[in-house]
Amino acid sequence: MPEPGIIIAGAGHAGGAAAAALRQFGWKGAITVIGNEPIPPYQRPPLSKAWLTGDATAESLALRPERFYTQQTITLRLSTTIAAIDRAARAIRLADGQTLPYTTLILALGARARRLPLPGFDLPGVLELRTAADADRLKATIGPGRRIAIIGGGYIGLEAAASSRALGAEAVVLEREPRLLARVASPPLSEFFAAAHRAHGVIIHTDAQVTGLVGQNGTERGRVAGVQLADGTILPCHAALVGVGAIPNDEIAAAAGLRCENGVVVDEHARTEDPAIFAIGDLTNRPLALYGRRGRLESVPNALEQARQAAAAITGRPPPAAEVPWFWSDQYDIKLQIAGLPHDVARLVVRGDPSTGSFAVFHLDADRRVQCVESVNTPAEFMAGRLMILKRRPVDAAALADLSSNMKDLAA
Amino acid sequence: MPTITYIEHDGTAHTVEVAEGFSVMEGAINNTVPGIDADCGGACACATCHVYVDPAWQHLTGTQSEAEASMISFANAVEPNSRLSCQIKVTAELDGLVVRMPAGQH
Ligand SMILES: Cc1cc2nc3c(=O)[nH]c(=O)nc-3n(C[C@H](O)[C@H](O)[C@H](O)COP(=O)(O)OP(=O)(O)OC[C@H]3O[C@@H](n4cnc5c(N)ncnc54)[C@H](O)[C@@H]3O)c2cc1C
Ligand code: FES
Repeated sequence: MPEPGIIIAGAGHAGGAAAAALRQFGWKGAITVIGNEPIPPYQRPPLSKAWLTGDATAESLALRPERFYTQQTITLRLSTTIAAIDRAARAIRLADGQTLPYTTLILALGARARRLPLPGFDLPGVLELRTAADADRLKATIGPGRRIAIIGGGYIGLEAAASSRALGAEAVVLEREPRLLARVASPPLSEFFAAAHRAHGVIIHTDAQVTGLVGQNGTERGRVAGVQLADGTILPCHAALVGVGAIPNDEIAAAAGLRCENGVVVDEHARTEDPAIFAIGDLTNRPLALYGRRGRLESVPNALEQARQAAAAITGRPPPAAEVPWFWSDQYDIKLQIAGLPHDVARLVVRGDPSTGSFAVFHLDADRRVQCVESVNTPAEFMAGRLMILKRRPVDAAALADLSSNMKDLAA
Repeated sequence: MPTITYIEHDGTAHTVEVAEGFSVMEGAINNTVPGIDADCGGACACATCHVYVDPAWQHLTGTQSEAEASMISFANAVEPNSRLSCQIKVTAELDGLVVRMPAGQH
């Protein structure tokens, strides 16, 4: 009997990339990619950017054209929900009761938007932004004369605010913390983005405690018409977008007895404690070798890196070299690129003047090694910063802050 | 439709049709041409869509933006005709374009 082959559970960015990497690395056996969304794997970053503003097509959103899967004999099973893993039988069970055996299972179930346990959260017009279907719902509600309340001043919320402004809608951002991007950016970067959004007409309320959403005439019925704050104010809106983070879809893995701690725990080859099961992407709690700790990352480069790790391990290739985690965000004409993670930071070095619209913030540890760089319209600082993070050598902070010093020389 | 020839590092050539308006990077991905990773999907943020434009075509593929030039200067095996293929838009003029791929994008 032939081996059942590889099942990839979850047809998102990581799942699609893993299928492609397996074929690229010479895997000849069967590959089946199963996902609950109705369309083949696609890129989520444009959902809050070009897709929302109408500057991207379905074709450019797709990770690969559909014929790629036929040509590469990769079976796609879309609109199909996975209900359970039976590790003893090496099979997965679908929601319709069908079971499918696997030789190797790659879990790529991603994360979902966190929901707020607040009154009125389920009113029509209260939206989230994780899938193409979510983005289409959001797109249908924004336009001139409309006001969208964005709960959560993180990257997705801010990108949605920028796109809303581009479409002529009013955008109000409500952030619980004293500053935007509080969990993910340095104070200089938060300040820069707050100023940039205000200059584009976005209204920003920090320290804003949302206590509920209200429907028409202040009732809990009908379409959402306002956001209620702790001080009793009701902020009127035509729609509300909730962008308060994501939580990993690790319940199926946990129910199968795989170790989960804010994500499925994997090693540097993306393997779980079950040698037949890998896990990749937003779903995983992974080692961060450069930082001597573990963590869960939500970024495309992370999904791609782990897809390559799993594909290399499965096909017996040498493991790919460790990569510096990175991320990007586009808002208005601002290109943000972040390399590394702000762990064990002892001081910040700002290179360039934020008021010029291009600058970089370097995060140094106590030994003056670069841990992270946040670069705004300064791609050379981003690329050089990545090298510096990998090299783990002490840097000269004064030279780093001096715009006349060359980034290539500093990274050499 | 414009035709583009992508030549892998080992010399394998792929000649495919790419509709105007797409980028040279998208032309490769949509036609399953290997050798271009395009991790950021064309956001000019990753430099994993590096190609060498055939010198005969360089004058028609436009010039690098400042951001593209900075990104490329940190890529591997950079040549004077290096470009990020996500930053080259396909036009009727580019019918017949030839680009070569580096040994690797990472
Ligand atoms: C709006 C938005 C903007 C972003 N912008 C950026 C950016 O600019 N840069 C960047 O680096 N990253 C960005 N990201 C993050 C990036 O998109 C994610 O890190 C990436 O998609 C992770 O890939 P994944 O495959 O792990 O998860 P996903 O892409 O979420 O894929 C998981 C898939 O599994 C499916 N699934 C879940 N449970 C089941 C089940 N039981 N049965 C079947 N299928 C299931 C899900 O529906 C989904 O299709 C953005 C994300 C969003 C939402
Ligand atoms: S695809 Fe990332 S820079 Fe071109």
